[in-house]
Amino acid sequence: MLQYTSEILPSLLSGTVMTLKIFFWTLVASLPLGILVSLGRSSKFKPLSWILSFYIWVMRGTPLLLQLIFVFYGLPNMPFFHIVFERYDAALFAFILNYTAYFAEIFRGGFGAIDKGQYEGAKVLGLSYWQTIRKIVVPQVVKIVIPSIGNEVINLVKDSSLVYVIGLGDLLRAGNIASSRDVTLLPLVLVGIIYLLLTLICTWVLKVVEKHYSYYR
Amino acid sequence: MLKLENITKSFNGTTILNQLSVDVNDNSILSIVGPSGAGKTTLLRCIAGLDRPDSGKFILDGKEFDPADDSDTEQIIGVVFQDFNLFPHLTVMENVTLAPIMVLKQDKKSAQETAESLLKELSLESHAQQYPFELSGGQKQRVAIARALAMKPQILCYDEPTSALDPSLRDAVGKVILELKKTGITQIVVTHDPEFASNISDQILKVTPINK
Repeated sequence: MLQYTSEILPSLLSGTVMTLKIFFWTLVASLPLGILVSLGRSSKFKPLSWILSFYIWVMRGTPLLLQLIFVFYGLPNMPFFHIVFERYDAALFAFILNYTAYFAEIFRGGFGAIDKGQYEGAKVLGLSYWQTIRKIVVPQVVKIVIPSIGNEVINLVKDSSLVYVIGLGDLLRAGNIASSRDVTLLPLVLVGIIYLLLTLICTWVLKVVEKHYSYYR
Repeated sequence: MLKLENITKSFNGTTILNQLSVDVNDNSILSIVGPSGAGKTTLLRCIAGLDRPDSGKFILDGKEFDPADDSDTEQIIGVVFQDFNLFPHLTVMENVTLAPIMVLKQDKKSAQETAESLLKELSLESHAQQYPFELSGGQKQRVAIARALAMKPQILCYDEPTSALDPSLRDAVGKVILELKKTGITQIVVTHDPEFASNISDQILKVTPINK
C-alpha cells in the first residue's frame, strides 16, 4: 500500500499545485476587488450601485458550477461575439467573479460597522476620502471581517474542486483518475487527507492573522 | 477675529439655528451654552464643516471662508469631539502624526518631534506607544486635543468636553483649555454646563430652542 501511495503521490501533488494556484490567484484578486465593489455599491452614483447590486445578486444567486460551465462552454457560443477562454483562465475568471461578490457582501457589513465618528474625525483633520478609506476605515474593517472571510477561504479550498467539470487537472481529478484506473479507493482517501491538510493550514493561518489584529480593541 | 453672520440651519423643516451671528475675538474662549436641542452641537458642526448651514457667512480676519471646503491644506478649525473619535487601530503617536504626515506632507521625523512636544505639554509623553483602548477618558480627550493641535488650527472647537468625564476631571479640562489660551489659539466650547462655561470663558453665547 505504501508503494502504491508513493506511485500515485506525484500525480496527486501536481493536482494539488493546480488547486493551490486557483486558490491563491482567486484570493489575491477577489479580496481587493471585493473592497472596491462594496465601496461602489454604497456609492451615491446610483447607476453604479444598481449595476453592482445586480452583479452580486446574480453571482450569489446562481451555482458556481453553472458559472464555470457558462464561462468555459457557454461564452464561446455567444452569437456574433465569441469569447474563448483557456480552461485555466476560464476557471480563474469564474472564481474571481464569484468570490468578489461574496467578499463584497462581507466587506459591506464591515464598512457598515465603522462608526460615523471615524469619518468625521478624519474629515476635520483634512484627510481626503481615499486617505480616510485607506488609513482609517479599511484597517478596521479587516479586523471585523476576518472571521467571515476565513469561512469563505476554507470554502474556496473545497470549491476549487469544481474546476473538474471543465477538465482542469486539479487534485480531485488526479485522485479520481487513479481510483478508476486502479480500481481502488485509496487515492480518494489520500485526496481527502490532502484537502484536510490544506484547510487545516488555512485555519491556522487565519488564527495567526486574527491574533495579529487583536492588538487593539 | 472670527465672525459668524446670520447662520441659519434647519433639518426637515425644523429650524435649529435662526439668523445667528456672533463675533469671536482672537485668542479668546467662547462658550456656547444652552439646553439640549438648542442647536449647540449643530452650530459647532457648521463651524467645523461637518454640516453646511442653509445660509449665512463665516468670516475670518475679514475674509469669508467655507469650513466644509477641505481643498486648502491650511487648517483653520480643529475639533475635539464629545467621544473623541480617536482611531482605535493607531497608537497615540500615530493618531497625532497621521494628519500632519498625510495632509500637511510633513516628514515622519518632524511630525513625531512636534507630536512629542504636544504630548509632553498635555502630560501624555509616557503613553505615546499605547492604543486608545488602554487610556482613561481624560487621557483620550487629551490625545484628541493633541491630534487637533498637531494640525496647527487657528480655532479649536470642543463638543461637550466635560460630558464624557467624571466630575473630578472637569476642572482638569478647564485647566488645559486655559493653558492653551496662552499659546494664542482661539477656542470655542460647546457645553450644557453653565458653571464650567463661566469658569473658562471670555464670552458666553446662550442658545435657546426655537419655538415654531
